Amino acid sequence: MSTSTAPTTDPTVQPPENRGFPVAYWWDRVGIFLVLLLLIALMSAIAPNFLSVDNAVNVARSVSINAILAAGMTVVILTAGIDLSVGSILAVAGVGGVLLATNGVPTPLALLGGIAIGALCGAVNGALIAWLALPAFIVTLGSLTYLRGLAYSMLDGQPLVATDLGFRGIGNGSVAGIPQPVIVMLVVYVVFWFLLERTRFGRHVYAVGGNIEAARLAGINVKRVLLSTYMLSGAAAGVAGLIFSARVLSAQPTAGNGYELDAIAAVVLGGTSLAGGRGRIFGTLVGAVIIGVLSNGLVLLDVPFFYQLIIKGVVIIIAIALDSLKRFARSTS
Amino acid sequence: MNETATPLLEVEGISKRFGATLALSDVSFDVRAGEVHALMGENGAGKSTLMKIISGNYQPDTGTIQISGTPAVMASPRDAMTAGVAIIHQELNTIPDMTVAENLATGSEPARFGVLDRRTMVAQAREKLARVGAQIDPTRPIGRLSVGMQQMVEIARAVAENARVLVLDEPTASLSRTESEQLFALIRSMRDQGMGLIYISHRMEEVWELADRVTVFRDGKLIGTRDMRADGPDRTTPGDIVRMMVGREISDLYVRTQHPAGEVRLSVRDLTGPGGIGPVSFDVRGGQVVGMVGLIGAGRTEVARLIYGADRATGGTVSLDGSPLRVRNPIEGLRAGVGLLPESRKDQALFLDLTVKDNISMSTLKQHSVAGVLRGGPLVRAVRGVMDQLKVRSNALGLESRALSGGNQQKLVLGRLLLQRPKLLILDEPTRGVDIGAKSEIYRLINEIAGTGAAVLVISSDLPEALGISDELLVMRAGQIVATLDARRATEETVMQHATGVSADDAAPTETAGTAR
Repeated sequence: MSTSTAPTTDPTVQPPENRGFPVAYWWDRVGIFLVLLLLIALMSAIAPNFLSVDNAVNVARSVSINAILAAGMTVVILTAGIDLSVGSILAVAGVGGVLLATNGVPTPLALLGGIAIGALCGAVNGALIAWLALPAFIVTLGSLTYLRGLAYSMLDGQPLVATDLGFRGIGNGSVAGIPQPVIVMLVVYVVFWFLLERTRFGRHVYAVGGNIEAARLAGINVKRVLLSTYMLSGAAAGVAGLIFSARVLSAQPTAGNGYELDAIAAVVLGGTSLAGGRGRIFGTLVGAVIIGVLSNGLVLLDVPFFYQLIIKGVVIIIAIALDSLKRFARSTS
Repeated sequence: MNETATPLLEVEGISKRFGATLALSDVSFDVRAGEVHALMGENGAGKSTLMKIISGNYQPDTGTIQISGTPAVMASPRDAMTAGVAIIHQELNTIPDMTVAENLATGSEPARFGVLDRRTMVAQAREKLARVGAQIDPTRPIGRLSVGMQQMVEIARAVAENARVLVLDEPTASLSRTESEQLFALIRSMRDQGMGLIYISHRMEEVWELADRVTVFRDGKLIGTRDMRADGPDRTTPGDIVRMMVGREISDLYVRTQHPAGEVRLSVRDLTGPGGIGPVSFDVRGGQVVGMVGLIGAGRTEVARLIYGADRATGGTVSLDGSPLRVRNPIEGLRAGVGLLPESRKDQALFLDLTVKDNISMSTLKQHSVAGVLRGGPLVRAVRGVMDQLKVRSNALGLESRALSGGNQQKLVLGRLLLQRPKLLILDEPTRGVDIGAKSEIYRLINEIAGTGAAVLVISSDLPEALGISDELLVMRAGQIVATLDARRATEETVMQHATGVSADDAAPTETAGTAR
């Protein structure tokens, strides 16, 4: 038998120079940022008092809770999952943190406790989704309900006021003019960016979301990855819950009701695909800021609340339509 | 055949580009009334793209389409249907839970005052089925029918909608011999009624039997059209077609160096798995390439998956280098030193949205990280090393794997396995759907890996390939290994006899429809 190797002059051995559509390529990376800049320019032009340091700080503070929820949500959605329970986890962890702090637990431990409660709630979600192979939508829809019930039952249905809360700073304090919740938010984003881009776990998240069967056959512990993503989402919701409690100086069982929708909207606006496997964490931050700027601008413009809802809803649908258009364009290329 | 008549369908100067890939380059082609026109070529040669253009699924970048001499624009599948062009896809387009009659009526359900008129619908269905000579009960759910029968229903639908040009994309891929014969009879009768048929197939025998003309594609170009009915000096031989398809002589393609066969590395004894697999027993020595052949469904992939831990074995033992291998999942298989290239690249191996670097390194990130944090430098160096070995340009590192050709995508998966430095490498259909250039690269790599002393098990449905690259062949049939052959002395005929269980002198085989290609 001949051992000669055939010459490799075949042109397809050479990979193409780039992905072809440069517009699509750049839109994927900076498009959402341009949308934000345009929105800011627009609001500066038409909304009174929009363009001021005070208002910017205001927007940043109001964005922080949603942005933190959305960071956790991004990791889950990257695996092609969804976490509808983040609002309820926020409440349980927020109430838990206040209860710990008001029962003599030192402030740092109370904070860690709140985050741990969030992570634990996420772990239950993740275990059911990974090991029992239940659909994430159904599991987290269930926990959205039972965790809300849990938050009420922890306080017999009544809010608990705690004006001298040890960690009230993370809700209302500032460092060098920057509100503490904004600093916490930035820390969360840097940590999540590091996890996704610089660790083995991060690569595994993208792999599981991109092709779960290929991930399994490539020797990735898919169940552990899924469990971890829901724990991260729960932990992020825990952080958000502590900030919420600190801002209102109380434990509120109704906290975070409906917040999951804004978080999902921020993720999708930020360019992460609901089909999993594609997206960037800082896109989500931009998405959350867009929602914040939009709400703030509409308030400054005195747009009635119900019209605000209509506008926000339409913006979210447009974002999802763009996502599916992008997916369609990819699948035919 | 009337050579001077206006063709039913004529395309001219069609080009289509996807991103950086030119899928079709200046293709001109026609189908006449009353002919079967076969299209041949490797996967990715451009056949499917052309078919999607004439059936209105894609729009060409340049070029024109004429239907019976009149320019036509196929903006959607509906336009194509109206123009009389229908396509029967390899994956059938039926709705399994609906009855045959409902499937036949989709889009034009008979109704009275907006209420579905079932009786008329069934009667119409009977009529449509009769036109293609199919004896099928229209009230049965279509999902209960065999693939061949479902295909008949689809053809009946196309004929009922007055298709003049019918495209059949690998129609016999999952048909039994008898079903194939029925289909051929129907194709001939449609031809004799003046329809134009485009027949896409990889099976030379079928093309030989059916086609009036054959057009060969390679790398997005139309290489040539041959009149199969011509005699004398213009006579076409199978060798001509193969040469047109691959663009070179086949004998240079396969690579097999005689490596000194080492110790037994993989030893499988009485291995059984779900679905009637096994018991199978065999050994693979270091430095040896063992080919596993058999018909589709013979259990080759299943055995590979049991060894890797992708599925759980129900009994038997597997040992690697003398120590027992008890794997319950791929994580353990990988850790034990087994590498698997899965059967389906897109569904089971690739991360299309991720970069070349991520795809190659995905199974070996642990070696390149400290406490879970990736070490960028060493990781990139390792990936670059493998890319050199694979002859993939290293500036492709950051490209999404989606942008690569099938052959390069397969090389990424191989690269991932190379980084694992497996003791046992199992390759399930390593060259399926890759171009000829990448094929020869893959053969070279398989040979190199064996040269390092690894045990290599290659599952292949491409018999010349299996014969050309293996040292030893294991032939499987119905979940068992029925023969072990010396690949240097075996012929395609002997392999097929074992694979089908029918010797050449016996009566016509009944099971060759699923024949390995």
